[in-house]
Amino acid sequence: MSKTSESWGSRVGLILAMAGNAVGLGNFLRFPVQAVQNGGGTFIIPYLVSFLLMGIPLLWVEWAMGRFGGRFGDHSTPFILDNMTKKRFWKYFGVFGIFTNMGVMAYYTYIESWTLTYTLKSLKGDFLGVDLATLDTFFNDYVDLGSGINFPVWAIIAFLVTLTINVYILSRGLSAGIEKVAKIAMPLLIGFGAFLAIMSWTTGSTGRCADCSTYIGLNFLWEPDFTTLANPKIWLAAAGQIFFTLSVGMGTIHCYSSYLKQKDDIALNAMSAGWMNGFVEIVLGSAVVIPIAVGYLGLDWVVENAGFMMAFKTMPFLFDQWGSVLSVVAGVAWFGLLFFAGITSSLAMGTPWMGFVQDEFNWSKNKSAIILGIAILLMGLPTILFFEKGVFDEYDYWTGTVSLVIFALAEVILFAWVFGMDKGWQEITDGADMRVPRIYRPIIKYITPLFIGIIFLTSLFKPLNGELSDWSTAMNSLLAGDGWLWANDSIINQIFHINTGVIWTENGVLTNMFYVDMSRYFLLACFFGLVAMVKIASNKRKKENA
Amino acid sequence: MTTSALIMIILTQGTVLGATIYFFRKVLRTPPNEESDSYSDYD
Repeated sequence: MSKTSESWGSRVGLILAMAGNAVGLGNFLRFPVQAVQNGGGTFIIPYLVSFLLMGIPLLWVEWAMGRFGGRFGDHSTPFILDNMTKKRFWKYFGVFGIFTNMGVMAYYTYIESWTLTYTLKSLKGDFLGVDLATLDTFFNDYVDLGSGINFPVWAIIAFLVTLTINVYILSRGLSAGIEKVAKIAMPLLIGFGAFLAIMSWTTGSTGRCADCSTYIGLNFLWEPDFTTLANPKIWLAAAGQIFFTLSVGMGTIHCYSSYLKQKDDIALNAMSAGWMNGFVEIVLGSAVVIPIAVGYLGLDWVVENAGFMMAFKTMPFLFDQWGSVLSVVAGVAWFGLLFFAGITSSLAMGTPWMGFVQDEFNWSKNKSAIILGIAILLMGLPTILFFEKGVFDEYDYWTGTVSLVIFALAEVILFAWVFGMDKGWQEITDGADMRVPRIYRPIIKYITPLFIGIIFLTSLFKPLNGELSDWSTAMNSLLAGDGWLWANDSIINQIFHINTGVIWTENGVLTNMFYVDMSRYFLLACFFGLVAMVKIASNKRKKENA
Repeated sequence: MTTSALIMIILTQGTVLGATIYFFRKVLRTPPNEESDSYSDYD
């Protein structure tokens, strides 16, 4: 095992890198859509409660675990977890902390490459005067390999360029690479976001339709409907959003924190980075997509079409309404903001691998980064080549959703129950530059695992439609001998295709399910490949210690 | 905008903005460790 000479250059640099890890595309695209679909202004209540009871505890747990592992010279989750217990199997749970990042990085870098392409196209003025139909066609052609030679080639080139940028920055190391980028990207991102938010808040009524006003959009987002608070679906959606937005359950926080010394603060650092992410999401993220879209397209259109793809298929049209100069400025600000949000996150996703192979196999930074780049290219290509077959969504489901919950549940149980809360609390408060409220001791031990456990079980057994009443309907169906009524996106149904059966060919043609299942097996093979690497590293350590 | 939406937006965004500034300011104002810490330079 090697001893790394890496360290953070400054405390602010670390906080900006941590905040950059958390701030991603979801802050601007997922949060407002979730709010619209889950009670508008009321959504913020379960969101903030989830932040206090699950988000903050997980942040402290992950920062503490990382700094603890760093004391033994470990910078990736398999051996960080291994140090916390005598039971050797925990290090294999730690594999999630590398696998999740590589899986997400594979498709996330692809989205990042879209934002790079769209930034350049905005700068060139290619979106001036376009209508919604043209934007829709452009995007579909861009991601569709069957439509011709030009766009697919550009999509792949843009992906390669984005990946190369990531690999280069990672090869520069923590302080000279990741931290330097975070110190430039985060202020720019906040500046771009603030500009777009001010434009949104000051636009008001546009007169394009009866309800075309950004204020109606803001009202739609923030008008509370307290009757929805009793609906568990809203609470699950809010808890899920907290997971995604804070980048907990991934292994990146452990990795960043593992470069700290025992007497360095983690409690205040975690709070500062966590709230900074909240600011970008709640203040800036809520001000852009939905209000501006309502301002020019009306509330009905937004209710019908709100979704992730609005970033690419709608926003350039909306900016075009501000005139040619502001359209270019806003386009560059918007896609530049998304690119910075993306790259600060994808760099974080690369660091657990970098830490792992440098620690265990003594690889140089360059070699580690180049091999990571090749691995991400191989893992990412199926998402490009078979994007429209559903492979992209499949990656997102397993690596970007399910893996996070499994790992977060495992780590909080390990921390609070196996490692023990006495030692755990000592780790969180050691060197703290703020008073950590003692109420968080029982919260970490009981509430947070319960919270995540409920999320996991409801995702596993989610009934059709997922509403509260659907659980009793599904239970009655089960008791009547008709079986459980599965939601299509429940984990069990996803694994066994209960609702549809396994259909790999139809009329002699391979179905989307075939591509999706093959990509699933591929991800499984990648996971076990990493398990094998951890096993080899573990054997190597045993030999060195013998 | 309705009054309830306005209250919600001011309360929420005010709280989040306040907490963000409070914690970041606290980071900036806390003197560095007297013992050697992890950072190779100071802000």
